[in-house]
Amino acid sequence: MLFDIEINNQPVSAKRGETIKNVLDRIGINVPTLCYLNGFTPTGGCRMCVVEVDGATELVPSCSHPVTEWMKIRTHSPRVLKARKVLVELLLASHHDDCLYCDRNGMCGLQNLAAEMDIRERKYHGKRQHIQVDRACQSIVRDPAKCVLCGRCIRVCDEVMGVSAIDVIGRGCDSKIGTTYNKGLNINTCVKCGQCIMVCPTGALSEKSQLQSVLEALNNPEVYPVIQFSPAVPASVGEDLNIKASKDILNLLRAALKKMGFRQVFDLSMAADLTIMEEAAEFVERMKNRDKLPMLTSCCPSWVKFLETGYPDMLPKLSGCASPQQMMGRLIKNNITSAAGQKAENIFVVSVMPCTAKKYEADTDRMKDGTTRMVDAVITTRELIKLIRMLGIDFSSLEPEAGATHFGIRSSAGNLFGISGGHLEGLLRSISFLMSGQELSSLKISELRGLKGRKEARIKIGKVIFNVAAVSGLANARVLMEEIKTGRDDFSIIEVMACPNGCINGGGQKLNSDEKNIRSRMKAIYDVDEEEIIRVAHKNPAIVDLYERFLAKPGSDRSKELLYVNRTKTAAE
Amino acid sequence: MTKEKIESILAGYATNKKEGLLPILQDIQAQNGYLTEEILAEVGKYLNLPANKIYGVATFYDQFRFSPCGQFHIRICRGTSCHLFGSSTYLERLETGLKVKAGHVSRDKKVSIEITSCMGACESAPVIRVNDEYHTHVTEEGLKALIQSIKEKTK
Ligand code: SF4
Ligand code: FES
Repeated sequence: MLFDIEINNQPVSAKRGETIKNVLDRIGINVPTLCYLNGFTPTGGCRMCVVEVDGATELVPSCSHPVTEWMKIRTHSPRVLKARKVLVELLLASHHDDCLYCDRNGMCGLQNLAAEMDIRERKYHGKRQHIQVDRACQSIVRDPAKCVLCGRCIRVCDEVMGVSAIDVIGRGCDSKIGTTYNKGLNINTCVKCGQCIMVCPTGALSEKSQLQSVLEALNNPEVYPVIQFSPAVPASVGEDLNIKASKDILNLLRAALKKMGFRQVFDLSMAADLTIMEEAAEFVERMKNRDKLPMLTSCCPSWVKFLETGYPDMLPKLSGCASPQQMMGRLIKNNITSAAGQKAENIFVVSVMPCTAKKYEADTDRMKDGTTRMVDAVITTRELIKLIRMLGIDFSSLEPEAGATHFGIRSSAGNLFGISGGHLEGLLRSISFLMSGQELSSLKISELRGLKGRKEARIKIGKVIFNVAAVSGLANARVLMEEIKTGRDDFSIIEVMACPNGCINGGGQKLNSDEKNIRSRMKAIYDVDEEEIIRVAHKNPAIVDLYERFLAKPGSDRSKELLYVNRTKTAAE
Repeated sequence: MTKEKIESILAGYATNKKEGLLPILQDIQAQNGYLTEEILAEVGKYLNLPANKIYGVATFYDQFRFSPCGQFHIRICRGTSCHLFGSSTYLERLETGLKVKAGHVSRDKKVSIEITSCMGACESAPVIRVNDEYHTHVTEEGLKALIQSIKEKTK
């Protein structure tokens, strides 16, 4: 039902059930927010969004207050402005003013609010908190002193990830956000996805930076630094550098990485192709034996961690393949570098990932050969941007560089690994070929594309029809796992990516990304798939060559040794 | 507390509904004295709640403890009435007399002091509780005697 309300003396029509903020967003009036998260149930906790409503004695939070007929609202009256300013001043009262040294300097929600409210002095002097910075987790650093208790991390962890690793501990002015028994974030339940970082308005949550070790490797003449990047990186790296996502960006990125001093640059899409080959073989084997189905994909370390802690009895269903990051790391150390005349111990492999959990993955015991790491340092897309700026690389003056090095060729199937549904799409293309000797009638599987958190498809290969599903956002994975636990058995393959919409929206991507960013990253990757000549992993000449020269065939002993994970080793924290 | 023991307490709660959380925690604490990580994990499994959520709820309430208390556990009320009757000075006396800070346990694990909010016995203020024994209308002399007796018993 539509009715009239009045906002700042202007008549506006509103719908029953809308909040004041919904209406304000529609007509383009901005109110500051802190705890508000688009798409979540509002909590009304921070009071930053308050407005004045005629007849109400108190100011009301616009993010959670519903509109009613004839409501008269003032969004920026002196009373409102004053209230908001005091709120920010109170938040600042106990804040350490160390912005210059903060990871969020220049991108901080609290800084923005202080600027917006034109705060020019410290009005209140509260007790500074001295809580230790939590560096226990391999992926995420927590600095509770910078926390403003907006609770956004808790809600993402609960509602999107279905993990609930963190919550408000204590009450009143002693409240803080923490884990059970106030332990470090290296607890078992946290899956290191970094989605909490993405919604944190301040520097209370950030990735554990490995830039220092990367810089050292680049400057050490004894070391041979190489770098590999995930397909989600070229799809998004342009955003912060103001370059439009296009086909060229991949080659520009290669050129930039070379210029920084990396001796060789590898595209992880190629390792994703390899994953497809191995998983396809694995799947056909499982189908033959009617065993360990549905096969669950194993590329996403957060998902694997989630399964290990929440559904250990499902672990046998997980594909045995290591993730592309680890496969590539091992191949580089075992194969390529000897070809380049380098000793494995001198190689320093860096990954650029849209992901914080990959830092954890590269550090777990079962991802090491003894004490040797397959991947020596993992940096996020955000850290890469910092590195580009730090090393003064100017993209506009770079000559694009094609991937002519070892493993330079990839198919667009592997490139799809950056998007939820993409891994499955690429995998099905090769399963079809392996099972029936024929390509899928349509390589594009539309049901597996789009922004939904759960996508299902029925695929006919030869005479058999397979049900497959791709879920993203671990809360959706939990729902599906519960269905399977209670008897659902019609799925053959399930692809899971922990972050909503997959790696393109990973916890290591640009902060303050919105749906437009996600769509443009998706488009970039699907465009590559449209334009590329080689669209299936099994036709990638680099892959064919690798099997001929080195691995024999998918599932061979050599493959098993190099490309699979020994899951009996426990995940050491 | 053994797993079996926790399970037997849980079994007393016919439905594994979330509403049972506080009574369950109270019950367990009454028997174990405090809540451990294992306890929270077991209760979480039973109620299908993440352990962290339980910890969040439990830390909201003063009544739950997460580490063992002393053989003599002293609770001193710092509610309004008791405050008017001088409970802040009493607290100081307890702390200096027994050499334990509020919220802590003495090194020999014999005495611990805890500050509580209103115990609901305002007409008897000030109130101090030692284990299950309530001391009401506590006077200066009464407090001295109390401290003395605890000291003697813990020698
Ligand atoms: S990293 Fe992911 S699982 Fe861990 S606390 Fe943050 S949101 Fe939760
Ligand atoms: S944004 Fe409305 S109360 Fe926080």
